[in-house]
Amino acid sequence: MLKCTSACAGCSDSLALRYVLKAAGPDTVMVVPACCTSVIQGIYPNTAFNVPVYNIAFGAAAACASGMSNAFRAAGKKTNVIAYAGDGGTLDIGIQAMSGAFERGTDFLYICYDNEAYGNTGMQRSGGTPMGAKTTTTPTGKTDAKKDIDMIIAAHDPPYMATACAAYPQDIFKKVQKALTFRGPTFLHILAPCPPGWRYPTEKSVEMGKLAVKTGMWVLYEREYGKVTIGPQSKAAMKKSLPLEDYLSPQGRFKGIDPQVVEILKQRIAKNFKRLTAEEEASA
Amino acid sequence: MSSPRERLAMSHPKEGAAGQTGTWRVFKPVVDREKCNACGLCSMYCPDAVIDADLNIDLRFCKGCGICANECPKKAIEMVREEK
Repeated sequence: MLKCTSACAGCSDSLALRYVLKAAGPDTVMVVPACCTSVIQGIYPNTAFNVPVYNIAFGAAAACASGMSNAFRAAGKKTNVIAYAGDGGTLDIGIQAMSGAFERGTDFLYICYDNEAYGNTGMQRSGGTPMGAKTTTTPTGKTDAKKDIDMIIAAHDPPYMATACAAYPQDIFKKVQKALTFRGPTFLHILAPCPPGWRYPTEKSVEMGKLAVKTGMWVLYEREYGKVTIGPQSKAAMKKSLPLEDYLSPQGRFKGIDPQVVEILKQRIAKNFKRLTAEEEASA
Repeated sequence: MSSPRERLAMSHPKEGAAGQTGTWRVFKPVVDREKCNACGLCSMYCPDAVIDADLNIDLRFCKGCGICANECPKKAIEMVREEK
């Protein structure tokens, strides 16, 4: 990736992208559906990406990547195919194509960077928006819970899947490198804090990502052939997590959140911790 | 006559693909070299990769988000208002 994208200042997606492309190396092709990443490439006829990128319709990223990957393998090439989609393109619109590609066992890496709303069009609610968050289409706070896409992917039983956070770039680098060594579909889910959408000052992007992990709103783990390994950062959070309010209060989207909703979120975090710890112990 | 291939809307890699994004900046980072211990965290966390290995900031493209100043463990980077 080259300097100067048209991303917003403090965009954690471009931070994550830097490390994804660094880890993937030059022999890579990216498939990008409609999302922030298709905007931050820059202005035609120039692009800030130094690898071939194919911009495609919203619901078709995984289907396209699937075809590309099969074509490369048929030609005997080892080119990495990466589908890089936002949470709307993964959790809502792209889910059927993605599910199909995982079912067919396509050799590719699907990366979902999750800013928890449709950021590109002005923060409309998506399946990834957490409960209680205000967006332009849920002005009083979302009433439904965040869709757990990782469990849906786990049900497809891919060889490798992991969650990451843009605030831990070295972790992303390692996980992308690891994912590309597997043959078959792999999945990486990156939390990407969004300053204009989550309504916090631009300089807090990395801090916000770290807080999400430290409070337990986001859990870093890997699932390799069904074996769950929880990341050290999340292990520490499970032992002693920061109060959830530390994460919610700096964000404008959680302003005036109902204390009952905070309670539900806390319960979900506790439940999630319990479930993952049990899974880790069961698969050890 | 152009071939069908030439009519594809294809972009080419170029540094500065979005113009001089440095003009977006309201606050500019100023590094205090006395305090800096060259840990490289600012370079690691910069979303636009404008801080190079020698920790020089490319002000043509720096958008002034302030992540570097916020993450600096020595507080060696200060955000100063741009003078127009």
